[in-house]
Amino acid sequence: MAKIHVTTTVNGEPTEFLCTATQTMLDVLRDVLGLTGAKEGCGSGDCGACSIIVDDRLVCGCLMLGAEAEGRRILTIEGMAEGDKLHPLQQKFVELAALQCGVCTPGVLIAAKALLDRNPDPTETEVRFGLAGNLCRCTGYDKIVRAVLEAAAEQKEIAR
Amino acid sequence: MSEHRYKWVGTRQNRPDGADKVTGRARFAADFNLPGELVGQVLRSPHAHAVIKSIDVSRAAALPGVKAIVTGADFPEQPDQVVPAGEMQVNLRDVTRNIMAKEKALYEGHAVAAVAATTADIAKKALALIEVEYEKLPHVIDVREAMAEDAPILHPQMRTEGVTPTPSKASNIAKRLEFTKGDAAAGFVKADFVIEREFTTQPVHQGYIEPHAALASASEDGQVQLWTTTQGHFQVRGFCCRLLELETSQLRVTPSEIGGGFGGKTVVYLEPVAIRLSQKAGRPVKMVMSREEVFRASGPTSGGHVQVKLGATRDGRIVAADVTVALQAGAFPGSPVGPSCMCSLACYDIENIRVVGFDVVSNRPKVAAYRAPGAPISAWAVESTVDLVALELGMDPIELRLKNAAKKGTKTHYGPTFGVIGMVETLEAAKASAHYRSKVKPGHARGVAAGFWFNIGADSSAAAHVGEDGTVTIISGSPDIGGSRASLAMMAAEELGIDYDKVRPIVADTASIGFSFVTGGSRVTFATGLAVINATRDMIHQLKLRAAKLWEVDVDGVVWQDGEARPSSTNVGEFEPLSLAKLAASASRTGGPINGHAQLNAQGAGPGFGVHIVDLKVDADTGIVTIDRYTAVQDVGTAIHPSYVEGQLQGGAAQGIGWALNEEYIYDARGKLQNAGFLDYRMPVASDLPMIETLLVEVPNPSHPYGVRGVGEVPIVPPMAAIGNAIARATGVRMVDLPMSPPRLSAALDAASPRLAAE
Ligand code: FES
Ligand code: FES
Repeated sequence: MAKIHVTTTVNGEPTEFLCTATQTMLDVLRDVLGLTGAKEGCGSGDCGACSIIVDDRLVCGCLMLGAEAEGRRILTIEGMAEGDKLHPLQQKFVELAALQCGVCTPGVLIAAKALLDRNPDPTETEVRFGLAGNLCRCTGYDKIVRAVLEAAAEQKEIAR
Repeated sequence: MSEHRYKWVGTRQNRPDGADKVTGRARFAADFNLPGELVGQVLRSPHAHAVIKSIDVSRAAALPGVKAIVTGADFPEQPDQVVPAGEMQVNLRDVTRNIMAKEKALYEGHAVAAVAATTADIAKKALALIEVEYEKLPHVIDVREAMAEDAPILHPQMRTEGVTPTPSKASNIAKRLEFTKGDAAAGFVKADFVIEREFTTQPVHQGYIEPHAALASASEDGQVQLWTTTQGHFQVRGFCCRLLELETSQLRVTPSEIGGGFGGKTVVYLEPVAIRLSQKAGRPVKMVMSREEVFRASGPTSGGHVQVKLGATRDGRIVAADVTVALQAGAFPGSPVGPSCMCSLACYDIENIRVVGFDVVSNRPKVAAYRAPGAPISAWAVESTVDLVALELGMDPIELRLKNAAKKGTKTHYGPTFGVIGMVETLEAAKASAHYRSKVKPGHARGVAAGFWFNIGADSSAAAHVGEDGTVTIISGSPDIGGSRASLAMMAAEELGIDYDKVRPIVADTASIGFSFVTGGSRVTFATGLAVINATRDMIHQLKLRAAKLWEVDVDGVVWQDGEARPSSTNVGEFEPLSLAKLAASASRTGGPINGHAQLNAQGAGPGFGVHIVDLKVDADTGIVTIDRYTAVQDVGTAIHPSYVEGQLQGGAAQGIGWALNEEYIYDARGKLQNAGFLDYRMPVASDLPMIETLLVEVPNPSHPYGVRGVGEVPIVPPMAAIGNAIARATGVRMVDLPMSPPRLSAALDAASPRLAAE
């Protein structure tokens, strides 16, 4: 099967890759580009471990084809920190113990970023619904929700 | 929480692996790759029960790109011998059959063959070319049906253990056990009233988000390396060596970061298969389960059937208890029926007890441990019945439990007498909590339940190394599943009197540290923690020897304080204190590198108790339960890192809420699992839950220098009954079958008021 040539931007870097017509974006990231931060928890759009942001939209990497990345801007967990500085959400997650095993964390952080980009001052309920596509089996979500709320509050404080 | 005298213990430090885990840098099993690796995939039985008459792999083997194929014949026969697997027991004869079927496929999803190929597409095509001739047999899924006289028999050689005389006929009942204390029959005579009910639970999956994955590389000289996601890489080494007839020194297992386990990653599935494929192909082989395979072929925990009979006096003393627990083991014997029986009544001091258990096989995947294995199933039944006693007496449910609570000196029905335990303190804390003292909102109801888990100790090794600059590495063999690196480093920093960030904890592979039992049974902070403390103390002793040498004094003249060696008194002499950095710099002159080691079999793991309180409301039309407020109270010994202790309570409670309200394995008439995916196997999501409040009761464990008790398992025990008890108080309907899902609950509500339902 002839491969498809794709030109895209991944974490700000102009990127080219070859993929088959059936390869998912998640597989391209993990197997072709060596970006293993996004995880496959289900491969069916039900767990959010593969979350990425495509042109400002939260997407399940496992439900998108690699070929669909053509001309888009992709953000993965590897692109979330700025240089050697963690993103405020990442920092809060570490400080508030919002992860246990950490396998859901890349997806949760990307979903939380997508939420805060859209709604910088969410209520607890909005955070809960904003993250409802991300399964975490370890934490019971309590500390995750708190970390997102605190990161949002802190950002608001800084913006002021 | 108690005022602590410690610098690090009891504080909330950033975990050492935090940055890696929030940036995607941390490597989980599926993130490992090797040059030239092949993709391994498994062919699974489509039938619930079938004889494997033949397997023809010739067409698959001829497919270009296929490098190796294995079937049951590639794994040597194993003795009929029981060995520990995490907190459970497994039989080697069965383990080899579970990883690859031999004579029969015993459940839908049972592995029957595996291939290694250059690409996933080729591997998949090859699986389709393997021809398996099956002879379908009648199957049995339900535990009660499996116990019936005329049930289809899974293992013709199986005779029920624990009954005399040994039965002559094969049965699906692998084992019967019985525990007694006092005289149950006589006890019931003394009771003013007796309440008796039957309860059921469905199998539920551990639901770790990271599927099983393994990467094996076998070399021509017989050496093998394996990277895998596991709660116990030494256990993986042990199993693989047994199953593949390797020597322990031939196999080196490196644990990846582990994306959740909850007991389900204490056994092997892919690992021996990947190794065998790699040996045959002469190339590395990577295998990753799909979510569907995880559901169909790994875990879950047992479903069960529990009968409870409690006798009490009018003044609120439970005087007699009779409990019968029948648990599904899956296709091979070895359900957690033992712990289920033992935990069932452990919260209470009851004079007369009889508990009977049955371990029952049926055509389902072999169960694996799941957080406090077995305990939630019997607790669901017992704690619901205790609530019925409270309602009958018109007594506050915490008051009733206080009246009957186990305490120091209580003799359990399974043998041991309790030492220092915190059941009473936990109940008192629950009673005094803001949640319990608050008024129940209109339209809501409140439920309470308690839970117990032993916690375990077992084998651990640890080492402590001083770097050339005086920083410290702590090496353990316990995979970090929920922040244990942080608590181990905190205890080492506390011992050394140095800053937490000068201590770096790592989890070493099987060749780099001595044997350590699995991360499970809530043992790591306790047992591996003890090993780390002892290794650190061993190192401190070395440091004192070095200082004594430099000062030319007796070692007794040196004390270790705040990270430096000091003379114990002015009598010893006037010496400038020697810091870790200074001692490290002069190490070559004083005897070489400075390290400490410890290995132990930890005794005295303190048992844990929990009490959960839930406020909820029930939508009478839909049967949907909304949890409004939830509090988990638990005796945690000493919380080394309170955030991760709270996290254990919150995570366990959330899993219990899922078990109570939604999660279940659903089979069709052909014995096929109908909901092998996260869409239909519904685990709680963020929008299903409120904040989970926690109250840490600290009753220090006298067998640990900092008073640590295991905390991870207790919190999954109380939620089901707490929720059922609240639902009963909200609706007047006592649910006895889990899950209390909307269809089931609304049917029960309709049945309770048929007239209303008809309208
Ligand atoms: S892997 Fe994409 S949603 Fe689960
Ligand atoms: S931290 Fe383990 S799944 Fe979320």
